Amino acid sequence: MLDDFFWRALIGGIGVALIAGPLGCFVVWRRMAYLGDSLAHGALLGIALGLVFDIDFTIGIIASSIALVALLILLQRQNRFASDTLLVILAHGALSLGLVAVSFFEGQRLDLMVYLFGDILAVGRGDLIWIYSGGAAILAVIACLWRPLLAITVHEELARAEGVKVSLVSIAFMLLIAVTVAIAMKIVGILLIASLLIVPAAAARRLAQTPEQMAALAIFAGVLAVVGGLFGSLEWDTPSGPSIVVAALAVFLLSFVVGAGRQLIRPRHRPIAEP
Amino acid sequence: MSVPLEKVGRRLVSAERLGVSQNGRRILSGIDLELFGGEIVSLIGPNGAGKTTLIRAILGLIPYQAGRVDKAPGLVIGYMPQRLEIDPVLPLTVHRFLRMSANVGKDEISEVLREVSVPQLREAQVETLSGGEFQRILLARALLRNPDFLVLDEPAQQVDFQGQIDMFELIEQLRTRRGCGVLVVSHDLHMVMSATDRVLCLNGHICCSGAPEAVSAHPEYVALFGPRAADSIALYHHNHRHEHDLSGGVHQAGSKRHDHALGN
Repeated sequence: MLDDFFWRALIGGIGVALIAGPLGCFVVWRRMAYLGDSLAHGALLGIALGLVFDIDFTIGIIASSIALVALLILLQRQNRFASDTLLVILAHGALSLGLVAVSFFEGQRLDLMVYLFGDILAVGRGDLIWIYSGGAAILAVIACLWRPLLAITVHEELARAEGVKVSLVSIAFMLLIAVTVAIAMKIVGILLIASLLIVPAAAARRLAQTPEQMAALAIFAGVLAVVGGLFGSLEWDTPSGPSIVVAALAVFLLSFVVGAGRQLIRPRHRPIAEP
Repeated sequence: MSVPLEKVGRRLVSAERLGVSQNGRRILSGIDLELFGGEIVSLIGPNGAGKTTLIRAILGLIPYQAGRVDKAPGLVIGYMPQRLEIDPVLPLTVHRFLRMSANVGKDEISEVLREVSVPQLREAQVETLSGGEFQRILLARALLRNPDFLVLDEPAQQVDFQGQIDMFELIEQLRTRRGCGVLVVSHDLHMVMSATDRVLCLNGHICCSGAPEAVSAHPEYVALFGPRAADSIALYHHNHRHEHDLSGGVHQAGSKRHDHALGN
């Protein structure tokens, strides 16, 4: 029989996959993969904040991520450095600051490996509450922002001309990523969060006809990766976080096979033949 | 076809002494213009003349530093941007793309696709469309907002010769059917179409404006584009119940050579 901790891991992992699917699609569409990664790096500063002020780490991470996003937006206004340069400065700066700050805490109350690679098997009831309440809030906001977010993803100026508040929507989107990173960290860790956002979404692309289908398929692919990875780690006694990412990779490769197979059966619709 | 009379002649947009600078560089200055319902105005000018900047200022997409822009109260603008490339990583059917601008149902989408003569494309993936097909889809998206005023930035780019003529004929039909005002940007003088009521010739300021023939004879226009340009306007400003072939000659309607954008 499966132990309680394994059930909690499964439920927590599936919860994160539910959030990461739709949000990850937007990360892929908007080419912001690097932002998710940077926010995850910066999350270590949040952990240090948690230690210093003795607050819940998730709250510390959310606070530091929001601060990073705010700084990034401010710095983007100055037009001298490109976003990727700014992201490295901010994210690695925050990561290093966090590492330095954490080192002041003698006795190492903190196992850094847990934060770097996650420890899904240590997911507790409190984490599950975070994942599902935070996740519900994130999904609700995505649902509200779906149309404008999609519109600015397709063409920012056209969306603006059609009355979408472009900067408001894109700031909200970055904050969503920040909160998601904070919530998902326990599952796969700082180094692998971005893959949980991006790999399932990428796997969904080949099989989807519309954005909504892609989001739904990304959720499915993410759940598949979590379940496959967890059972795999149980079976072969491998680390759970990386096992989930390996499983996601397998799903991604599988999507190519399925996509290619589909194309053989039903050639891609080409509406008008060339004369 | 009768033009919806209540819309025609209403002043939609006006600009007074409009000036726009970007990064410290003056791009437009002293622009005065008025645009009316039921009227097709072509905005022409060489590359870098500020055509796109002018329409972006009119649309309120960029700030302007001098003068003013006034719009009729409640004015709905349909905008077709110059370049729109959809990243193939975003799966999108035409239907889904069109549903983005306004909350519209299946019937409205089918109807607008018929209006732009590509009804068969409803379920096609956007990435598989040809240049001309996609321009029509963009036009359909602008139309779905039920606009009083259409702003089209180079609507016939990436389209072959016949496709350009077809696109301009379509725009003329839309004006007649819907009674909306149309502002068309073109850098291609060949395409200042017969349906144009007025031409605005722009080069940082409005060099000259008026009926196509008057503009083509205007000294500032000739100075800007050279004497040959005047001839090319004249070529297209005539009865268009026939088709042009690729060499610029004329053959009768019904023997279209390049009609894949229309799908008929």
